Amino acid sequence: MTTNMRYKSRIPVKTEESTEEKQYVGFATLPNQVHRKSVKKGFDFTLMVAGESGMGKSTLVNSLFLTDLYKDRKLLNAEERINQTVEIIKHTVDIEEKGVKLKLTIVDTPGFGDAVNNNECWKPITDYIDQQFEQYFRDESGLNRKNIQDNRVHCCLYFIPPFGHGLRPVDVEFMKALHEKVNIIPLIAKADCLTPNEIKKLKDRIREEIDKFGIKVYQFPECDSDEDEEFKQLDKELKECTPFAVIGSNTVVEARGQRVRGRLYPWGIVEVENQSHCDFVKLRNMLIRSHMHDLKDVTCDVHYENYRAQCIQEMTSKLAQDNRMESPIPILPLSTPDVETEKLIKMKDEELKRMQEMLNKMQQQMHDKDQ
Amino acid sequence: MTDTVETVEGSEVNLSHSNMSESAKPHHPPNPQAKGEKSHGSDFSYVGIDAILEQMRRKAMKQGFELNIMVVGQSGLGKSTLMNTLFKSKVSRKSVQPNPEERIPKTIEIKSISHDVEEKGVRMKLTVIDTPGFGDQINNENCWQPIMKFINDQYEAYLQEEININRKKRIPDSRVHCCIYFIPPTGHCLRPLDVEFMRRLSKVVNIVPVIAKADTLTLEERDDFKQTIREELRANGIDVYPQKEFDEDAEDRLINDKIREMIPFAVVGSDQEYQVNGKRILGRKTKWGTIEVENIAHCEFAYLRDLLIRTHMQNIKDITGSIHYETYRVRRLNESNGHFSSHLSDHPDAQQKANGQPEQQPGGLHANGVAAQHEALSHEM
Repeated sequence: MTTNMRYKSRIPVKTEESTEEKQYVGFATLPNQVHRKSVKKGFDFTLMVAGESGMGKSTLVNSLFLTDLYKDRKLLNAEERINQTVEIIKHTVDIEEKGVKLKLTIVDTPGFGDAVNNNECWKPITDYIDQQFEQYFRDESGLNRKNIQDNRVHCCLYFIPPFGHGLRPVDVEFMKALHEKVNIIPLIAKADCLTPNEIKKLKDRIREEIDKFGIKVYQFPECDSDEDEEFKQLDKELKECTPFAVIGSNTVVEARGQRVRGRLYPWGIVEVENQSHCDFVKLRNMLIRSHMHDLKDVTCDVHYENYRAQCIQEMTSKLAQDNRMESPIPILPLSTPDVETEKLIKMKDEELKRMQEMLNKMQQQMHDKDQ
Repeated sequence: MTDTVETVEGSEVNLSHSNMSESAKPHHPPNPQAKGEKSHGSDFSYVGIDAILEQMRRKAMKQGFELNIMVVGQSGLGKSTLMNTLFKSKVSRKSVQPNPEERIPKTIEIKSISHDVEEKGVRMKLTVIDTPGFGDQINNENCWQPIMKFINDQYEAYLQEEININRKKRIPDSRVHCCIYFIPPTGHCLRPLDVEFMRRLSKVVNIVPVIAKADTLTLEERDDFKQTIREELRANGIDVYPQKEFDEDAEDRLINDKIREMIPFAVVGSDQEYQVNGKRILGRKTKWGTIEVENIAHCEFAYLRDLLIRTHMQNIKDITGSIHYETYRVRRLNESNGHFSSHLSDHPDAQQKANGQPEQQPGGLHANGVAAQHEALSHEM
């Protein structure tokens, strides 16, 4: 990423200059400059939610980002669901907090796992992810790379039902189909129907099965050795808590004299943000506050690169079969659409030039008139 | 409504009214030698017919009852726990297995466990039929077929016993009286699998749908969910127990309408006891409170238990016997009748054995005509 750095150095100039400061060059302010630029530019993040219907996915998303993305949603009834296929629906929302803008895209997968026969019900989802990678691949290899839109899925939250005794066949197959394309974070949904013992048993069981089936879920990056102890401790706790057992809520209730997001039952009130009730806070912190950037990095550096390498390999093997000359790779993905957009751009440029000339002429005429 | 009869031994016994109302009352002459009868000798118009109730009760106590319940639902919905909670003892398949392995079987298995339970001198042979593997696979098409087959096999076994020339005095009843179907508490609506299963099986067995693990729904969500389910059952023509068409009289209809307003029951099961307010109750303890299983403000387990055991148990068995089984029987006999008419022409001897079915055909088509056929049925198929 090229940055035009024309900032005047903002180093506070001290009156007494010690010998060390004379050797101070000033590039320590680079992070600040990057930070300022990013704040201006804004961030984007694409989150996919997958799981059977009724697992509380929409409620959790609303709770995480404190929005109401699903206001006008119409739920299908049982009859309509019989013929439903898996769809991909995108919701985009712009959120701003303390001057930082986030363009959040939620990719929803209604219909997943709901049918009687769920064979390959994850195929529309893997196709979608591949499409986004392909789109980015084309854009990256194109001529105009200024405004590439990054629609790649950065993270997939997979909702495991709390009713089972571990992973079900459909859970295993889904995660195995997606673990090399996207960062998967498995969650235990609707955790308020489990007692603390049951949650522990279920988490242990799921972790065991994830190992057993060789599913590569998103791993938290290791702490740097120079981080402080508290951070390391928190990080360790976080890692031992996976998969997170979450509860979401769209309603605010009164508990212990405060208004909190929660669920009101005859036997008590479940508070979404109470760490002893569920892992919602841990998930939010991890997903948004500490690891959002890492998720994007892993998507770019690992999953996308895997896809790209695969793609190129396929293309070169096809070429070898066709017996054509090996041309430099960037040209290959260029297909007619790009050429056409180039033409369009040229046309628009020329039109703009013409209009500019007309304006100039008119201005000249007016100027002459005045005189 | 209960009748209280004092016996000579001095113990009080409560009879459930519904227990007696549907059973056929054989017409025996009143037996004035029944012990413990209240002396109505001074009552001029008292014959003593009501003493029959006491005789029946005693006979039933001696014989004991049989109840076969099937539980169907995805793995992990609390089926075994609910059975243990209902009968307050370890009757489920998991309690019987030495090392219960909680893995999902590759195909549906049908596992039948029987227990003899006793309460206040009344003995019951309870059979819980579990169906592990239902709805757990990726492709669940036709996962109801093994279950249908099992139910029909039980009817077939009973039918074979019934048409024997030398019948047993008491035919062992392995027919499934009631099938409890566990609906996962998604809060939205029935899933295609639920609809497919219940539509097919409500025609052969009494289905009692319940919302499993209902402690994940708030009261509001629960009511919305129940309403949606009721509407969808109606829309798909699924008749769950208690079926409207089998209500016998206005009184029944009143009681059953109230039940129909409440199904499916939202249940929570537990086999662990906790101390709440000085009492020991069955429940689930969480960080935000303790869910009491038998507290109707928390969940509807008590209603389900009352329906299945305390008030409608006999009715469930009767409907299984007199309607579902008869439907099966009629269909079966018609099938074999077609089979036989081709044989009758070849084997004149067989004609005597074959019970004159062709003549009684018109009567056989109605369930009511079965009584007439009872004596006639003496051939072996």
